[in-house]
Amino acid sequence: MIHSLFLVNSSGDIFLEKHWKSVVSRSVCDYFFEAQERASEPENVPPVIPTPHHYLISVLRHRIYFVAVIQSEVPPLFVIEFLHRVVDTFQDYFGVCTEAAIKDNVVVVYELLEEMLDNGFPLATESNILKELIKPPTILRTVVNTITGSTNVGEQLPTGQLSVVPWRRTGVKYTNNEAYFDVVEEIDAIIDKSGSTITAEIQGVIDACVKLTGMPDLTLSFMNPRLLDDVSFHPCVRFKRWEAERILSFIPPDGNFRLLSYHVSSQNLVAIPVYVKHNITFREGSSQGRFELTLGPKQTMGKGVEAVLVSSQLPRGVLNTNLNPTQGTYTFDPVTKLLSWDVGKINPQKLPSLKGSMSLQAGASKPDENPTINIQFKIQQSALSGLKVNRLDMYGEKYKPFKGIKYMTKAGKFQALLSN
Amino acid sequence: GGFFLFDGQQSQKRSNCEPMIARGKNASDLFPAVVKNVACKNIEVKKLVYVYLVRYAEEQQDLALLSISTFQRGLKDPNQLIRASALRVLSSIRVTIIVPIMMLAIKEAASDMSPYVRKTAAHAIPKLYSLDPEQKDCLIEVIEKLLADKTTLVAGSVVMAFEEVCPERIDLIHKNYRKLCNLLIDVEEWGQVVIINMLTRYARTQFLNPNMNEDKEEKEKKKTEATAIVKRKPYVMDPDHRLLLRNTKPLLQSRNAAVVMAVAQLYFHLAPKAEVGVIAKALVRLMRSHSEVQYVVLQNVATMSIKRRGMFEPYLKSFYIRSTDPTQIKVLKLEVLTNLANETNISTILREFQTYIKSNDKDFVAATIQAIGRCATNIGEVRDTCLNGLVQLLSNRDELVVAESVVVIKKLLQMQPEQHSDIIKHMAKLTDNIQVPMARASILWLIGEYCEHVPKIAPDVLRKMAKTFTNEEDIVKLQIINLAAKLYLTNSKQTKLLTQYVLNLAKYDQNYDIRDRARFIRQLIVPTDKSGALSKYAKKLFLALKPAPVLESPFKDRDHFQLGSLSHLLNAKAGGYQVLPDWPEAAPDPSVRNVEVKESVRAVETVTARDRGPLGAPQNPRGARGALLYSGEDVKKSEKKSKPRIGSSESESEEDNDSESESSESEEEESEEESEEETKKKKKVGNERLENTPCLAVHAVFTQPPPLPVSVPQTIIPSGNLKTYELLHRITGEGLSVEYCFSRQPFSPDPHMVAVKIQFTNSATSEAKSLHVEDAKLQSGMRIKEFPEIEVLPAGETVSVVMGIDFCDSTQAANFQLCTHTRKFFVSIQPPVGELMMPIFMTENEFKKEQGQLMGMNEITEKLTLEEKCQGEHAVVQRVTTAANLSRVPCGSDKECRFAGKTVTSGSLVLVSVVTKEDGAAQLTVNCEKMVIGTMLVKDILQALTQ
Repeated sequence: MIHSLFLVNSSGDIFLEKHWKSVVSRSVCDYFFEAQERASEPENVPPVIPTPHHYLISVLRHRIYFVAVIQSEVPPLFVIEFLHRVVDTFQDYFGVCTEAAIKDNVVVVYELLEEMLDNGFPLATESNILKELIKPPTILRTVVNTITGSTNVGEQLPTGQLSVVPWRRTGVKYTNNEAYFDVVEEIDAIIDKSGSTITAEIQGVIDACVKLTGMPDLTLSFMNPRLLDDVSFHPCVRFKRWEAERILSFIPPDGNFRLLSYHVSSQNLVAIPVYVKHNITFREGSSQGRFELTLGPKQTMGKGVEAVLVSSQLPRGVLNTNLNPTQGTYTFDPVTKLLSWDVGKINPQKLPSLKGSMSLQAGASKPDENPTINIQFKIQQSALSGLKVNRLDMYGEKYKPFKGIKYMTKAGKFQALLSN
Repeated sequence: GGFFLFDGQQSQKRSNCEPMIARGKNASDLFPAVVKNVACKNIEVKKLVYVYLVRYAEEQQDLALLSISTFQRGLKDPNQLIRASALRVLSSIRVTIIVPIMMLAIKEAASDMSPYVRKTAAHAIPKLYSLDPEQKDCLIEVIEKLLADKTTLVAGSVVMAFEEVCPERIDLIHKNYRKLCNLLIDVEEWGQVVIINMLTRYARTQFLNPNMNEDKEEKEKKKTEATAIVKRKPYVMDPDHRLLLRNTKPLLQSRNAAVVMAVAQLYFHLAPKAEVGVIAKALVRLMRSHSEVQYVVLQNVATMSIKRRGMFEPYLKSFYIRSTDPTQIKVLKLEVLTNLANETNISTILREFQTYIKSNDKDFVAATIQAIGRCATNIGEVRDTCLNGLVQLLSNRDELVVAESVVVIKKLLQMQPEQHSDIIKHMAKLTDNIQVPMARASILWLIGEYCEHVPKIAPDVLRKMAKTFTNEEDIVKLQIINLAAKLYLTNSKQTKLLTQYVLNLAKYDQNYDIRDRARFIRQLIVPTDKSGALSKYAKKLFLALKPAPVLESPFKDRDHFQLGSLSHLLNAKAGGYQVLPDWPEAAPDPSVRNVEVKESVRAVETVTARDRGPLGAPQNPRGARGALLYSGEDVKKSEKKSKPRIGSSESESEEDNDSESESSESEEEESEEESEEETKKKKKVGNERLENTPCLAVHAVFTQPPPLPVSVPQTIIPSGNLKTYELLHRITGEGLSVEYCFSRQPFSPDPHMVAVKIQFTNSATSEAKSLHVEDAKLQSGMRIKEFPEIEVLPAGETVSVVMGIDFCDSTQAANFQLCTHTRKFFVSIQPPVGELMMPIFMTENEFKKEQGQLMGMNEITEKLTLEEKCQGEHAVVQRVTTAANLSRVPCGSDKECRFAGKTVTSGSLVLVSVVTKEDGAAQLTVNCEKMVIGTMLVKDILQALTQ
């Protein structure tokens, strides 16, 4: 299946290669570089590139291209999904997945890749099993290893691969038993000029950090499970029980994992937490334009809107801007024409606004493209869809775990279209 | 320097060369030093040496061999993980000399106690195959063995090996089909993808098209509607087909995009139309994933949306484009939106398109304009709206936008040019400004084509073009010549000189295409004394009515590639792609998937015992998790729930169960106000059934009681094929007629007897009483088991009974008396040799092995020429199985059909193979210990095949 893997950085250097079958010359990447040159933006490189003898399937994460070389028919998503899994594993191991981190930990990277694929077919991709095979590097361990000469490779052979629950390592022990769940929702929306919603949907995830001794069996129930009609689960979740009772029942992996992700797309369920008022005018033939932007909270369920950041790609004709924010700071990059305004927290009594003038290229005609405004924000302690966890129970172990649930809402791709 | 302190020099070496490999540098000269470390105790060093060894063994074969013994020792280690990793490394060393060692190791590991080692063996198979393809036959044997494995751990890996080594051997799957379906949900994600893809192909060869009737209807509607009604056959889905659909459905909820896509393509290719819709939601969910995932999913959605538009319509808005999407995603979304456009949603879509046209991304704007063009051609009602919109774009400041619009407008105008001469005029004016060659060429073509609609402007345009001719691009020049020619034909008075001028310019052009064209056109249109026969047809040639172009999706008909595959994405066959076969006309024998009863029960048990741990023994694989769920106090409950259902069900009921549980789901959505408890109960019931059904299906098939002799037709041979013989004629029997046939069912009271079904028909006016058998005169050794006496057979009635006869494997007749209350008739039953045997199931390898032992005197070979109707595998199989009660043996080649059976009394093997060659020539081989039977059987089969 997967023949080889090349890691290519943003300047087009191959800085790591790994072959699972016979060696494929790195010149095969030339086809990739050609495609890269043709593409206007880094993300426009086609994920699948056919070459005379091979196929290249790549993903772009953290400005590194992971290019897999394929020799025969294989579902492209199979490879793409696997490559993303590799990146996730690196991130899990090294905290970040950058060229520097990979180069610093090249031996661990190599060991990981060796375990994850056998002859090009995925072998161990569960993080719990991998961590038993190869211990993630920590500063402390690096120091200890240097002094004692021990290594990152686990001394004990992993038995998780053989167990009933392949995603959980065996013999887990903690002094403090705790289980935390974060319900994080991202709202994607497009708001048109008049302020009405074109599309709005919520993408939610429940991320868990479970540190429990032994083989706990958890159940998580919701106040309003009806919201969750489009879900995907971590393999540990028992699907039949969910189907029958709308209860999440699972033996958790050890440590951090994503329990489920869900999708709420029904328009009436999606509340829009902020509104934008704007007035941007360019006059034909004039070298001045006016810019006015006001933000306000809309349906926020009484919670404050924080970490608001507004950015907008202004038309090419705009030379510079002279704007005054009532709060926060704003910057305008005259080269990329990117306006960004770090608003901070919205105070409902005193709405933040940004007003002023833009200087336009003299003689240039009125720009015909509409700028759009991208807004980022956070709302703590609330999930926009209204999803609420009812209770969490544990079976199978005697001790009392410490439980915690946190809610948060973020803006995903939240766009407002502006009129001219 | 400090590092030398602990690991010593050797380890220093390895940590040096490791990064070197990673950076693609050649570290092969370090080989001897590194190989020494194989025996090192330190696990990390060991592992890294493995990596190094595998990488460079091919180049340094001799030295690599030094390490082999270490691995061979590892293969015998008591620890399963060490056995597994030794095999893993050993099989990765690409040195041909060790092929026999590898083969041996794989064979041994395939029967290892530990499923993990068996899994590694499965992984090793493709490695060995790529190293030495000649090992294929041996490897297939190992694959066959591992396919029978009942653990989830092995399933994915072995199917992977199957796909790489012998994907054509679909016959190996039959016996494992149901097991794979049932294990599927507990297999790891990557294995699921491979298994689902393989099963899709399998199902396409074994089941009937569930949309058969609809498709046919569609086709026939076009012809005549009357025949449609006559021809329609009721379609009944094979329970195995249903099993596959039902067991894959929950996987739509997987977090792994590849799994979701695999299930989606399975539903697209295999499910009845009404059920395909379930995949839309899951696919739309995938669109929120990484952009690469989006890219692949959208390609597949684009293909699907052409064939099954309704499925994605509710999700139209999910395909709306964001300004932050990468261009390649935008273009694909546009494609989907265009495919989804219909009369009802077109206005929304066009409004959306309008905002796209204002985007900064010019490639995307161009694609949008093309999309508008396609909507306009597909939906007649909006054609004018679209056209007007596009005409407005002609005054856009961006030249690219204008150019693209011109090209699209040209295509649209071609559909109804009469009404749009003002647009043509407008476009004629554009030639002054627009510089994009393709657009200029399009305008010129339009004016030339419809010069009669714009008689005044056309010559003027030609005049302007003639001026700039030399500076134009080639494509524009060709169109200028074209325009000139057309004008010359319609309006030669005004344009004669202009045309000549243009042709003269073209004559000396640098491009030979243009010179050629000029010469050709001059000959054709300018009348000279030598001008050929063609010139009188010039007008017809140039001004023929041209069909409007069809604006088609590039994704049309891509679904002949299996969706989700690389080949589909590239729209070209990738190496190793397995063609998705078309549905068969008639379903092949479903009984090949039957597994013997005892074995299947054990199968379920072993699975639960080994994989599921101690927490209860649920009967179905998903129940594994179910069992864990009900752990503790709930265990008893769950067991109680599942127990009474098993065995008591029939296979027909599963269909109902399914729909019931579905309806309960939908009810649940409606009845929001219903009390919590009530709904819960209901759901539980539905679910419980759902949970049990897969295994019920299996059970139903396996545990059906041995068929009563006079019961419904059984799976093995359809009753229609049974030949009936006369035992007593109506006249001699004084109104009682008796017929018999060999029912080919096992005779349950005595397995060594042949079952004979006897049918009495009383056509006399009075009733016949106490029908029974008496006074059998049999050859020595023959035995007979009479049927129970029939007390009364009323006039006009028919009754069937079954008796058993042990013919002692000979074709001697069994003579006996058939008595009524008044008379006795002497009758005899003589069996054709083909009825003296019963089918047995065998694998190909067993067949070969047995055949090898029945050579010489026991083998009879005949050459024959197949009768015309009998050419083709299917016909051969049918004729042979009609002539003799044998079962088919799976076989890799389609040129050969094999059959196996054993004689009823002595159980001697009967092996038949028919090898077909070109032009109907064939060779029949029968191997049987009993030579008499063999000879007679050859005669009978020959007759069956040649008549």
